[in-house]
Amino acid sequence: MAEAPSEPVIRLRGVVNRVGGRLLHDHVDLDVNRGEILAVVGGSGTGKSVLLRSIVGLMTPSEGSIEVLGRDVMHMSEKELRTLQMRWGVLFQDGALFSSQTVAENIQVPLREYTTMSQRLMNEVAAMKLSMVGLPEDAAQKHPSELSGGMRKRAGLARALALEPELVFLDEPTAGLDPISANLFDELVRGLQKSLNLTVFMVTHDLDTLKATADRVAVLVNRRLKIGTIDELRNDSDPWIQEYFSGPRGRAALAS
Amino acid sequence: MGNSDSAIEIDTRPWLDVEQRGRTFYLTVGGSWTVRHAAILDPQLRALEAGHASDVEIDASGIDRLDSTGGWLLVRTKMTFEAAGIRVPVFKTPELYTALLASIEREHITPPVSIEERVTLAAFLERIGRATHNVAIQAVGIIGYLGHVTLEWLEAIYAPRGNLRVTAIVHQIEEVGINALPIVGLLMFLIGIVLAYQGADQLKRFDLEILTINALGIGVLREIGVLFTAIIIAGRSGSAFTAQIGTMKVNEELDAMQTIGLNVVDVLILPRIIALVIALPFLTFYADIMALIGGAVMCYFDLGITIPEYIRQLHTAVGVNTLLVGLIKAPVFAYVIAMVGCYEGMNVERNAASVGKLTTRSVVEAVFLVIVLDAGFSVLFSVLGI
Repeated sequence: MAEAPSEPVIRLRGVVNRVGGRLLHDHVDLDVNRGEILAVVGGSGTGKSVLLRSIVGLMTPSEGSIEVLGRDVMHMSEKELRTLQMRWGVLFQDGALFSSQTVAENIQVPLREYTTMSQRLMNEVAAMKLSMVGLPEDAAQKHPSELSGGMRKRAGLARALALEPELVFLDEPTAGLDPISANLFDELVRGLQKSLNLTVFMVTHDLDTLKATADRVAVLVNRRLKIGTIDELRNDSDPWIQEYFSGPRGRAALAS
Repeated sequence: MGNSDSAIEIDTRPWLDVEQRGRTFYLTVGGSWTVRHAAILDPQLRALEAGHASDVEIDASGIDRLDSTGGWLLVRTKMTFEAAGIRVPVFKTPELYTALLASIEREHITPPVSIEERVTLAAFLERIGRATHNVAIQAVGIIGYLGHVTLEWLEAIYAPRGNLRVTAIVHQIEEVGINALPIVGLLMFLIGIVLAYQGADQLKRFDLEILTINALGIGVLREIGVLFTAIIIAGRSGSAFTAQIGTMKVNEELDAMQTIGLNVVDVLILPRIIALVIALPFLTFYADIMALIGGAVMCYFDLGITIPEYIRQLHTAVGVNTLLVGLIKAPVFAYVIAMVGCYEGMNVERNAASVGKLTTRSVVEAVFLVIVLDAGFSVLFSVLGI
């Protein structure tokens, strides 16, 4: 079903964000194409998560326009936003699972809200999602507090995938994971992206994740985005980008 | 998958056809097999009966959109037939989705999640039993904690090792005592008015309205003043203790304190208990005065008793002993409220719901214990003839 290059899934034009009077984004432009994994990197406090939060409608930028799946998310009624939200999933840092519910119930929250599936089918779907994200079957009945950090992220991803979204947002997917779990999570994201043809917008610090998963990288420096493949960005003259890719960690991650 | 930017609009209706020829059962499906249609497809697929067929041929090549939920429905149907001993020699799927279907089938090791339906009588009885057991454990725990804290507290007095934190105590006194003055004052003033009005209304019939003051004075000083203040403080400060300590526990602040070598009881719990034990008697005294002022206002407007008359009558009705009988209870109530508040705070688990649950529990338990203790005091005083 390959079509001519379609419209970008996410399109940002001239986005300006101020948080607490501090200018974080100064007329930022960004296009995310269908089926790609785009990673946003940047120093702490440069507003990577703020960018993600403005795209998913959790906060409204002071200027500019944001279109997701061809719709303007900034000037949209609550109801339209709800409909659009069904088409994307968000994985927050540490999963953001509802702590009073089991993992299976967490996955079923969006299903219960937006579909009329029978409980039996929802149980089956929850089990299938768990196996997709590589969680063991006994995880279904556990509460989030009984899971390790890596398992919580997987469960969060399973919930984000419950409504079969076209677009997935990942906020620091590998932060706080040990290197082995982080590698597995990278593989999981890459694998799911392929088999479900997802578009992935990810915020990360992790150079290994960048290397293993990202098709393109957007670097947030000086309140602007510089976008390109890793190889293109390594030749950028900006000192922060140089430091990021050519520092000891960057060299180690990119050498292999 | 659908490359259009308006995937919902291009969703077509899913359909399925069945046909039986000889010993072969043909299942032909098409349309959009997506999560939005799963609720319609699911019962139809479950109801499929292959009859006496020995083979099933599934032709899914008519599917134009498939996601993993739709894929699961297809795979489940195939597996159900196979489990019933029917062969599925033909399983035609669009090439685009072959990999997805294969991975769903391959990775399907997880049996469906069974979420317990807790509606049976046995489950109900189990809950009662569990709750009773919890109450017992709770009671044992709270008594153990009482002992633990009392030991720490005696140690602090007899063998001071600098573990009485005066700054923290003074800060807590401001929190639980001085900051509570407006609300306690207002409520007790109103209660004074209410009691005086009710008393006056009844006693007027016997021309004994002057005795309203006796009833009010004794009632407020002995019981109402201290009891209401304790209940207000349980709601205001006991809950705050639980929430503060509980949130610190959720943030691992308590663990951090221990690794630094700070004793949690010294740093967090003793200051709160001592502060409340000091503050509550003063608050009670203040509450008594406010209630009596409220009563005086009501007597003046309703019964025309002037303030000097009111004071004179009050003087004949109550003595210092009446006041002391009320006040002596205050430190005991304070101790219980602070203990319960801190104890429940320490019990918080590391999740968001836990803080709320235990805060509620701390208030309920504190109010309950205060009233039980008050009843105990009444019995004690009547035996002693006070």
